[in-house]
Amino acid sequence: MLIRKYPSVLIFLAVLAVFTLAITLLSQAYGTGAVPTSTVKLLGKTLCLALAALAMDLVWGYAGILSLGHMAFFALGGYMIGMWLMYARTAEIVTATLANAPIPATPDEIRQGIASQIFGVVGSSDLPLTWSFAGSLPIQLLLVLAVPGIFAFLFGWLAFRSRVNGVYLSILTQAMTLALALWLFQNDSGFRGNNGLSGLQNIPGLTDVPQSTLSIWFLWASAAALGLCYVLASWLVSGKFGSVIRAIRDDEARVRFLGYSVEGYKLFVFTLSAMICAIAGALYYPQAGIINPAELAPIASIYLAVWVAIGGRGRLYGAVIGAVFVSLLSSWFTGGKAPDLNLGFYTIHWVDWWQVLLGVAFVLVTLFAPKGLSSIIDAVAGLRAPKRHGADLGPDLGALREREAEA
Amino acid sequence: MRRIFLCLLLIFALPAWAQDLEAVLAANRAQIEKPSRQTIGPVIAEIAASGDGAVAFLEAWGDRRLGLTDDGRFAIIEGDAATDAVTGAPLAGEAKALKPNSGVRGLIAAALVPAQLADPDMGRRRAALDALARDATAEHLPALRAALDDPDPVLAARKQRLERLLTIRFDPEPAARVAAIEGFAGDSGSDVQAVLNPILTTTRFAGPALPEGANVARQLSIGTELTEAAAYRLLVDAGLAAPRLSDAEQKAALSAHLQDGQVGNIPVANLDSPDARDRAYRALAAAGAVRPAASADQVDAALAANIFADLYTEPSPEVTDAARAALNGLVLRERAQQGVDLALDALSLASIYFLAAIGLAITFGVMGVINMAHGEFIMMGAYTGYVVQGFIANRTLSLVVALPMAFLVTALAGVVLYRLVIRHLAKRPLETLLATFGVSIALQQLAKNIFGTQARPLTAPDWLGGSVGFGEIVQISTIRVAIFVLALLFLCLFLFITKRTRLGLNMRAVTQNPGMAASMGINPDRVAMLTFGLGSGIAGIAGVAIGLFAQVTSELGQGYIVQSFMTVVVGGVGNIWGTLAGAALIGGLQKGIEVLNPANTLAAQTWMILFIIIFIQFRPRGIFPTRGRFVEG
Repeated sequence: MLIRKYPSVLIFLAVLAVFTLAITLLSQAYGTGAVPTSTVKLLGKTLCLALAALAMDLVWGYAGILSLGHMAFFALGGYMIGMWLMYARTAEIVTATLANAPIPATPDEIRQGIASQIFGVVGSSDLPLTWSFAGSLPIQLLLVLAVPGIFAFLFGWLAFRSRVNGVYLSILTQAMTLALALWLFQNDSGFRGNNGLSGLQNIPGLTDVPQSTLSIWFLWASAAALGLCYVLASWLVSGKFGSVIRAIRDDEARVRFLGYSVEGYKLFVFTLSAMICAIAGALYYPQAGIINPAELAPIASIYLAVWVAIGGRGRLYGAVIGAVFVSLLSSWFTGGKAPDLNLGFYTIHWVDWWQVLLGVAFVLVTLFAPKGLSSIIDAVAGLRAPKRHGADLGPDLGALREREAEA
Repeated sequence: MRRIFLCLLLIFALPAWAQDLEAVLAANRAQIEKPSRQTIGPVIAEIAASGDGAVAFLEAWGDRRLGLTDDGRFAIIEGDAATDAVTGAPLAGEAKALKPNSGVRGLIAAALVPAQLADPDMGRRRAALDALARDATAEHLPALRAALDDPDPVLAARKQRLERLLTIRFDPEPAARVAAIEGFAGDSGSDVQAVLNPILTTTRFAGPALPEGANVARQLSIGTELTEAAAYRLLVDAGLAAPRLSDAEQKAALSAHLQDGQVGNIPVANLDSPDARDRAYRALAAAGAVRPAASADQVDAALAANIFADLYTEPSPEVTDAARAALNGLVLRERAQQGVDLALDALSLASIYFLAAIGLAITFGVMGVINMAHGEFIMMGAYTGYVVQGFIANRTLSLVVALPMAFLVTALAGVVLYRLVIRHLAKRPLETLLATFGVSIALQQLAKNIFGTQARPLTAPDWLGGSVGFGEIVQISTIRVAIFVLALLFLCLFLFITKRTRLGLNMRAVTQNPGMAASMGINPDRVAMLTFGLGSGIAGIAGVAIGLFAQVTSELGQGYIVQSFMTVVVGGVGNIWGTLAGAALIGGLQKGIEVLNPANTLAAQTWMILFIIIFIQFRPRGIFPTRGRFVEG
């Protein structure tokens, strides 16, 4: 049923599987070694970003809520898993150190040692209350979903209940992520202030496994998460639920008059996408190795929207393509690997000019190719939008205009 | 006259051990040659008390005019000539000048004060008063009282005040001291506080009963005002209880007595709980290997048996009560001053937010779009000011040129942005928001490429550098006043444009109902473009204003953009009074929260944003919502 309606799901899964397999066979751990470990990590991280973009597309492209704070949920997921990674890893080290002492350590001493090891940098030696469950992997995994989920639920409930929408909602979500970032920046908020959590690439219990192998495992995990969430999202938007949220995007008032609980639908999509973002974050930061409050800066969330817009909002593969394309291009340009462009009178160093290029390209895409990169796929597949002679799909401000309408 | 007076005085003050100067000098020769601030005090006092010639000797010593001849006599050097310090006879030989350090000279000056207070030369009297205010002892009080009359009214008033202060410190009669303290009621001078504060110093006391005649500041109850650990430490310090054993000490003692894998007959492997460690330690203590530690019961008993209190070092309760009352009055006044200061601070912050947000509010009101590049327009204005300053050296003139230039440059940029981007995205506010964000990152990077990443100075003219005072209490820097005036100016300008000009009329019509306005012959596109230009231009002015007190960097606008959004959202769309109220609320709130937690401005911003999110719940359309049937949504 799902596949009949969305044949692209199969294609997407196939491409994802082939890609993952190819990287594995070229990796240092399981293959020829043609692809260095750092590249494997970059690709794994890119898959996580694509997953976050997928969530963003659900909430923006389908439900019409332009959230400028979804990276907050991404980072929260990272913080939740990072707490366990850091705690368990420090526990291993502290236990090993204390085992050399003539007298075995009490549990209290071990806890004290871990706390002063982790929080020494912010001048504290007590474990904050928020770290109570940091020693337990199952609980922290649960928190990866629960904390951003509850947070998104509360925020969404407050916002949607008072009918905040459109630009107001965007600004409010931006304020939310800024507030969270500023709070995390404080040393006494219990998350190590601007030091953030570090050393996350060392997985406790797997100290003997080399990073090259770990990176492949994380690549597979990221790909699996992306594939699963893609199927879930396709299933969601293919049925009646999908029709309702698209209708909300195009004309919220009409859907409300038809008797649907608009707030309920919006809240569900908002919370679900926040949780998907959190999963992406929980997979991303062990590969990145460090997380700090700068990751929650409002600009990160806006970039997420940029990826989705460049890829083509309102279609799931568009979001993935946009995220992969722009973030890989971005790391290519900013990594100094792009050759300088000599204009004769001025040499363009791409490290300096990439942001300008991105900004201008983004404006051009918004102006001339509202469907983004997926319009290429449309052209190949021979899809054409119906001729509606200039009529809008709906009067709402977030509604898709005719040029962006899907077949 | 002076010397006679001094002699009288010294006889009055130190009659017991007054000796001949010669004898004193002979006895303390080594000390005088190589004086040290710690030990020279008694010697100086002895010299001062030694009668004739002492004042001249001390003055010469303090002025580094005292010398030592080869045969070991002290000489006062006057230019090239030298006279004997004791006899006053001229000396022929070379005298090696002594060079006491500044600490010692301060002591000498203090010893000379009584004589100098009555000096006919006003400069000397003033210098003596200064020295006395810095460093006075109980002996100076009668000297000062005797010399209270002064021909100069200013100096007489200073002497009076100093006499009152010294009375508080040194008078033996508590009633006189209380009267002096009450005389200073409402005086917030730092000298008064410096006198009053030491009276209220307390020491912690721990013991079975309060000492006789103790002046108790407050009794401390354990648990609320004093933690158990701190209280017990007091007892240990007072020698009233045996020290407790810390965990680390216990562990060290246990590992020191490790034998055959056992401590006190308990296997080492079992020592991983506090209970087991306590048992092992008790076993060791019973065997006499370690000192016995205070048990929890002993600690409780010791705490219960003793009293803990803060005691004033000042014995008289009347004096401490009066001092506390006076200081409480001062604190109240200080609070009031801080309140006024804070209100002014909040006002100037609000002016800045108002300037930064007004352009945003106009464009949002007229077109319903959020211009994410607004912050970059602010930055552009600041850089315009910087560039203009590069061409025109005169700061005032360059500022006069920079303001309209910044307006022109950013207004032009705004019009270009409107024509090229925003016009084509009509009715798509979310896309506009993102497209202008694209412009924003491009502009920011461009500024970085052109001007570099380091901060550029935009120096204010000198007349903006100082501060304006209202009385002595409240000071506000001129630049903040200027920004306030600028904000006020733009409020008036904006009101004039909207209420009195054709453009304003059109603007209001388009804000209320674009379709109807268009059918009345207004070109909404043109109005929107002009509005956008106006809003952007004001952002440029705001940029110059902000640049005057902040560093000009490519991220300048970013710091204000979220607050500007908040101002617009809180204030309500399309209403200048809403923007004003929003700016006042945000500015006041931020300063207010900062006061509650001054060390942490990050927390202030967090709480402010949270407040706004909650505020939106109750007034989703801002403080002054647009009303009427033409309102969309």
